[in-house]
Amino acid sequence: MIKISFRVLLIILICHCNAFGQVNNALLKNVQAKLDKVTDYEAEGKMKTNVAFLKLPIAKVKLYFKNPNKFKLKSENGMSFVPKGSMSINLNNIFSNNKFTVIEAGDDKIANTNVKVLKLLPDDDTGDLVLTTVYIDPVNALILKSRTTTKENGTYELQMTYGNYLKYGLPDKIIFSFNTKDYKLPKGITFDFDDGSTQKSAAKTNVPKKGEIEIVISKYQINKGISNDVFK
Amino acid sequence: MFTLLQIELHKIYSRPRTYIAFAAITAIVLIFQFAFKYDGQSYMDLMLQNIQDNFEIDKSKAINGYFMCYIILNTLLIQVPILVALVAADTISGEANMGTLRLMLTKPVSRTQLLLVKFLASFIFTVCLLIWMAIVALFLSLLIFGQEDMLVFRVKGEESFILQITKDDIMWRYFAAFGYAAIALTVIVALGLLLSVFAENSIGPIVATVCIVLFFTIVSNMNIPVIDRNVKPYLFTSYLVGWKGFFYIGLDSSDQPIKGSIENWPAIKKSIYILLGHIGFFLSMAIISFRKKDILS
Repeated sequence: MIKISFRVLLIILICHCNAFGQVNNALLKNVQAKLDKVTDYEAEGKMKTNVAFLKLPIAKVKLYFKNPNKFKLKSENGMSFVPKGSMSINLNNIFSNNKFTVIEAGDDKIANTNVKVLKLLPDDDTGDLVLTTVYIDPVNALILKSRTTTKENGTYELQMTYGNYLKYGLPDKIIFSFNTKDYKLPKGITFDFDDGSTQKSAAKTNVPKKGEIEIVISKYQINKGISNDVFK
Repeated sequence: MFTLLQIELHKIYSRPRTYIAFAAITAIVLIFQFAFKYDGQSYMDLMLQNIQDNFEIDKSKAINGYFMCYIILNTLLIQVPILVALVAADTISGEANMGTLRLMLTKPVSRTQLLLVKFLASFIFTVCLLIWMAIVALFLSLLIFGQEDMLVFRVKGEESFILQITKDDIMWRYFAAFGYAAIALTVIVALGLLLSVFAENSIGPIVATVCIVLFFTIVSNMNIPVIDRNVKPYLFTSYLVGWKGFFYIGLDSSDQPIKGSIENWPAIKKSIYILLGHIGFFLSMAIISFRKKDILS
């Protein structure tokens, strides 16, 4: 009796998950369909870096994308510190590997917009990717936020704000958050000038540190064709 | 006075030892440029540490002419005062050693005038040395490594961070830094001159000046809280590196560098006043001592 009940429960549970998976895959397909309208783009923007140990000026950047998942973030003038996980700024990256299980994780709100929360579990558990959580605006079929957890490179978070390029699913503003490691030079190595100014309190070294870059995109050139050389 | 200055400058520039300073600076700069051209990446790896785990950085851009000059000036911090001391500490004692001091003072020139002229000649030598340094360390580096934004690695208290200055905001900082360095090195000129007054040969005051500068520099670069609070503020060598203040760019409330700004101008101004005070003190002491000195050689 107990064995039968357990089997029934398991069958019900599997059916339930599949039902949810189908619904949410449909939602994801809507998002993907929107993104698929764009075969390539070149975008101009300004990148602001918020990392405790980097005091960098706002940089003019160019973003390049080509289907299916070629992406490049380049500084237009001067030196740049480009976060290594910036590939995930490209939303198509989420769909580049279609082999994942979708789990609905309820509803949420982002800036007064109701969103569906989906968790994407990769079927291949040998890769670096552990879990991607996406927050989708079901009305406009837009990803407003995504959080990617990796085995080796910590957690990345993306927050998107849409405006002029909403119909293509391309954001006007991206906030990309990532984990950073502590940066400490040995005292005396830099022969610094002690100007007697007040020092900030020492940062705790065992607390995981967060870095953030904010890209405000001013102009997209969509589906005009991009050379593969840009991505080298 | 101008004729006297011309004579003193002629004396300085007719001595082969004067050119040792120019040759030494050229050699040091060239060896640094060579080393960074071929293995600058290793230095960058050391300074960037684990930042490279999180960020992609074009290190070849980071090693540029402006950055090279900053590194070279940082290294020449110890050598240049020694080179300046070679000339400044020889001004009076060298004359005494050669037996020409008494002869000079038989001319209708006051002792104060003579000392001021010697001080001025040594100052001009120092400025020439700095101009030469700017040519080889800055302009030659720009020619070899090119222009790019500059990274300044800084440790402030317990914090380490990297400042990025855009390439169109750097050159004026170098002019200001070289101007500051001229004042800082003039302190060494004044100290050398003061010690030179008390000696009958050049070796003593040169070695004494070098030893004082070296000892004070070592103490100034120690990071011990008790020394930081009680000793460093009273050592002129603590202010010799004040030129770096021009490269500590000001930051806004969101930690973005503000173009054309300096983080702590009052501190640089205070350092300039302290250095000028030292010049005034050493020079006055030299004049007083020289006027009272019994010239026997």
